[in-house]
Amino acid sequence: MNIITNLFSSSVGKKYIMAVTGFSLFGFVIAHLIGNLQIFLGPEAINRYGHFLQSNMEIIWPARIGLLVIIALHIWAAIKISAENKAARPVAYAEYNPTVASYASRTMLMSGLIVFFFILYHLLHFTVQVDQVNLTGKSFVNLHDAEGRHDVFAMMVLGFSKPIVSLFYIIAISLLSLHLSHGVRSMFQSLGWKKKSYANVLHCFATGVSIFIFVGYVSIPIAILLGFGKEALSK
Amino acid sequence: MNLTLKVWRQKNPNDAGGIVTYDANDIIPDMSFLEMLDVVNEDLISRGEEPIAFDSDCREGICGTCSMVIDGIAHGGQRGTTVCQLHMRHFNDGDTITIEPWRAKAFPVIKDLVTDRSAFDRIIESGGFVSVNTGGTPDGNTLPIPKVDADEAMDAAACIGCGACVAACKNASAMLFVSAKVSHLALLPQGKPEAERRVLKMVKAMDEAGFGNCTVTGSCEAVCPKEISLDFIAKLNREFGKAILKNRAERQVAD
Repeated sequence: MNIITNLFSSSVGKKYIMAVTGFSLFGFVIAHLIGNLQIFLGPEAINRYGHFLQSNMEIIWPARIGLLVIIALHIWAAIKISAENKAARPVAYAEYNPTVASYASRTMLMSGLIVFFFILYHLLHFTVQVDQVNLTGKSFVNLHDAEGRHDVFAMMVLGFSKPIVSLFYIIAISLLSLHLSHGVRSMFQSLGWKKKSYANVLHCFATGVSIFIFVGYVSIPIAILLGFGKEALSK
Repeated sequence: MNLTLKVWRQKNPNDAGGIVTYDANDIIPDMSFLEMLDVVNEDLISRGEEPIAFDSDCREGICGTCSMVIDGIAHGGQRGTTVCQLHMRHFNDGDTITIEPWRAKAFPVIKDLVTDRSAFDRIIESGGFVSVNTGGTPDGNTLPIPKVDADEAMDAAACIGCGACVAACKNASAMLFVSAKVSHLALLPQGKPEAERRVLKMVKAMDEAGFGNCTVTGSCEAVCPKEISLDFIAKLNREFGKAILKNRAERQVAD
């Protein structure tokens, strides 16, 4: 009982929640990226992968519910912490210089919330496949390949062929990378897993992995806008 | 040097307060920032006005009493020093300087630039005691302590409790202060028996005082006059985690 109250009511405990849920979501972002990059291996690879995920209910639903709980906890902690932080300084400075505090570290709530709204759109776009939001005038649900599997390759090419959709995607990924450049570094600090001897390694890892995530995700809409997978559009 | 000062003036804790502009003329570059304010105050007194109230004591950078935010930076932005050790040669003739008190709910303004920092005292009190045997003076090195541990404990113990970390943090968090106090005792064998109880109680006192949460921006470390490292906050987080996992504090004898 005591451990639960300490986790949910103390300042340090809430940061543990933030860090652990953040780490899980970071893991998802990496796994999702590696899954999606299979688009560059051609329709066969990504459609097989899509079919594999969709046909294993006992994997995909626990994963979805788990992610939902984790996101809810992450956002709850973020809003609670931000509200307390605002209340901790009722009178603002006339002049305030945050010195070394990075832009990413000062905008975590805003970058996080924008990414959250992107995720809602992204789910409607590619997961629920609501035709009204894809702006192509075509239906994603009816795309199937020769083997009768859902044609994920064609859906991605079609979806990102709309420049406005790709632009929103690229903006969201930029903010996600910014969020993670601070978040990945801070989660180790918040959990107390940081020492001088490897602090630099953590710092480089956070920066490196954020760049990797940015380049990895953005490469997909950019490649599609440059003509990758054009043949799928004619279907 | 002639300067323009924009100073926060507030008659009492209930007064709304506001920025008032003053001229600081004929300032000698070798004066400290506090001496410059002394000159301005002399002038105000001679004109029959209320002098600017500000905290200061040792004026040699070791007591942690002086406290003001200068142009948006706690202690004025010179690394590793308090305001009393900041000299006017770091400013240019004709500069406009904004001077404000520490801003935090837990540090209410008493008057002008003077704030009530007793929230820190309450955190220290909550930390309790260390168990030390009475009797004759123990022989030197009876308790073997590795040099690195002693050094690290000393680095944490260097905290003078000025509150600049709170003032600089965008969340008005006291984590750097609390982490220094928790770490310096947790690193030494003398502080070990009460370590778990201490960290839980100090974090609780910190939360109750109304300080914000740490979001690892690093502003505190940058303004700390004793250059306390952000790594101590990681240490505090580790100590807190160990304490709630072991959950032994409840079973220990109450103070």
